[in-house]
Amino acid sequence: MSTLTHRSRPTRAPITSTTIVLIVLALALVAGAILTATAGRNFFSPGNISAILTGTSILGFVAIGQTLVILGGSLDLSVPYVVSLSSLVAGVTMAGQTGNIALAVVLALGVSALIGLVNGLVVSVLHVHGFIATLGMGLILAGYLGSNYKGSAGSAPRDFRLIGATNIGPVPVSTLIMLGCAVLVILLLRRTRVGHHLYAVGGNPQVARLSGLRTAPPVILAHVLCSMLAGMAGLLLLARLSVGSPTIGSQGGYDLMSIAAVVLGGTVLAGGKGNVLGTLGGVAIFAVMDNVMGVLEVNSFLRDVVRGLVIVLAVAVYARRNMDRRPARFGTDRTGAADRRVTEEVA
Amino acid sequence: MQTITPQAGDRRRELPRHEGGALTRLARTLITPGGAVFVLAALLLAAVIASNPSFGEPGSLIRFIGRTAPIAIAAIGQYFVIVSGEFDLSMGSVVAMQVVLAGNLIGQDESRILPVMLLMVALGALVGVINGLATTILKVPSFIVTLGMMLALSGLVLYLTGGAATGNPVDSFRQIGRGGIRDVPVLEIIPYPAIILVVLAVGAVWLMRRPFGRTLVATGDNPEAARLSGASVWWVKTRAFVLSSLAATVSGIILVGYAGVHPSVGSGYEFTAITAVVIGGVVLGGGRGWVLSAAAGAFALELLFTLLNFLGVASTWRPTVQGVIIILAVAASARVWSGVRRPDKGPLARHTPDTTATTTPPTPGTTTGEN
Repeated sequence: MSTLTHRSRPTRAPITSTTIVLIVLALALVAGAILTATAGRNFFSPGNISAILTGTSILGFVAIGQTLVILGGSLDLSVPYVVSLSSLVAGVTMAGQTGNIALAVVLALGVSALIGLVNGLVVSVLHVHGFIATLGMGLILAGYLGSNYKGSAGSAPRDFRLIGATNIGPVPVSTLIMLGCAVLVILLLRRTRVGHHLYAVGGNPQVARLSGLRTAPPVILAHVLCSMLAGMAGLLLLARLSVGSPTIGSQGGYDLMSIAAVVLGGTVLAGGKGNVLGTLGGVAIFAVMDNVMGVLEVNSFLRDVVRGLVIVLAVAVYARRNMDRRPARFGTDRTGAADRRVTEEVA
Repeated sequence: MQTITPQAGDRRRELPRHEGGALTRLARTLITPGGAVFVLAALLLAAVIASNPSFGEPGSLIRFIGRTAPIAIAAIGQYFVIVSGEFDLSMGSVVAMQVVLAGNLIGQDESRILPVMLLMVALGALVGVINGLATTILKVPSFIVTLGMMLALSGLVLYLTGGAATGNPVDSFRQIGRGGIRDVPVLEIIPYPAIILVVLAVGAVWLMRRPFGRTLVATGDNPEAARLSGASVWWVKTRAFVLSSLAATVSGIILVGYAGVHPSVGSGYEFTAITAVVIGGVVLGGGRGWVLSAAAGAFALELLFTLLNFLGVASTWRPTVQGVIIILAVAASARVWSGVRRPDKGPLARHTPDTTATTTPPTPGTTTGEN
């Protein structure tokens, strides 16, 4: 908030948020290895690494999508319901037949994309804040799921279940797919025009608009991709559980946990700053934490307490360290102008 | 709050204290989002009574008010936080914590009611202080702070109770939520929750007219400007969080009477409260909205559910209707506020320097107290 006047530009080398995330992740890994060793287990055994990576994949999909939306200055609270819906739609369409897999995947992702499209249009055309638009969409989907599905439905054929079960070495295929999606999203953000526009719109929609961008398309795209990635998470859950479930998304708490992972990864909740790499770090931190607490057999309710504390503490560390010191994206001119303007206001 | 609003064109003209007569001003108030929610609530009430005339009897109306009181109180608490530009997602877990505390500590011993209630209030205030300080001093977004608080508190409560219903406070304590003043003419009964709600609503209106309330709104509208004009932003916001947690505490005390003791009693309360506040036309991001509109939003929501109930809509569709309503309400209020508000900033957006302030510096004597 008080960024404009008081802290001068850094003279020392700036520490970006991603660096801190990776440092925190390294610390978490070291602490995890030590704690696991005290429990008499090997943290780096292939089985354990595979378990950690499995833990990253589902939240990873959701969090990558959430990163896009948050970069655009919005939020997506409807993801858990999209996850559930996608698992149900795909499960029911497959109905145990291998031949239906392609159709089911396309249908599930299509439905997800449609939900994202509606979210994006409501946010950018009707000017409803993302929090409300997606909270509302989440409620709408919750009502639909609760009214039409009384319990698990559909079934995944064996070929589809293999996606969830196969490992290449210690690395699960699901994690590879997630990382593939992450690379695509990183390329989208770094190499394409719409990716740059997304940062601009998230950073300051007014400035972006006055600079001649159409502010709606990046935000809509972000919402569509976010929902589709949540749909992917739903498909993956279907592959693991072999049935679609109407409550699987909300049980996972993917809405708030993904936002937490994104913010843990150094992305600014207000939008405009951050990247997918940090988010992957955030997701990995969660996965390591969960794994260590699982090995130590911490009570599952107490795990929530630890998660809550870690989220707040980690974000507090970022807030102290880096937000103001990030090098200005458009050179020093702009901040100088802003400084002058604010001092004039004071005077 | 919604009376003096400078229009775009007449910046240099000195604004009269009132424009138009009382009726004109009432009409103008009713078309703002904060006023429209009262019209919405009235329409819904009429529809409910039309579908079930016995609902219109004073006795069942006052019982309805009593039933709605906890969520309305939570909405009033959430209002303080939202109008200051923050969120409180920890309300539901505070409710759960208080309910479980009451159930386990009071038990069947009436003499413990008072000390345990004091403890609950103290703990509620403590949660608010922690939320507020972490938001303002540590500069963590309130969304994340209160999310962490929600996880931590609900995890603790579930851990301590094992996730099952435990304890049962003495009946005289449950009377706070369940009972009322009996043998009242016309109304039959005045439920205690309704009385608590009225007292708190009056208190909230009074508070919003005090310097604290004015500063709170100013902080929500533009924290930088509020800070530069000498408000201690961190302290004002921290107090808003304390009020929110205390409101959740009161809701919890009332809910013990209705729902009994279970760690899931408060679940989803924060989002319902936020929904009510937003339906009441309060702008997420702060700086706009009336506290009673937030309470009216809670009533509108409950009336809507009652109406759906009477119309025979399956309760599983309630979230869907709630979702549609909340999106429509906010879309509509975005239209209306955009006329009176400078370019919108999201609730999470940082302050953008207002360029118009430099191009047209206000001449002395024409300031209206806003911006």
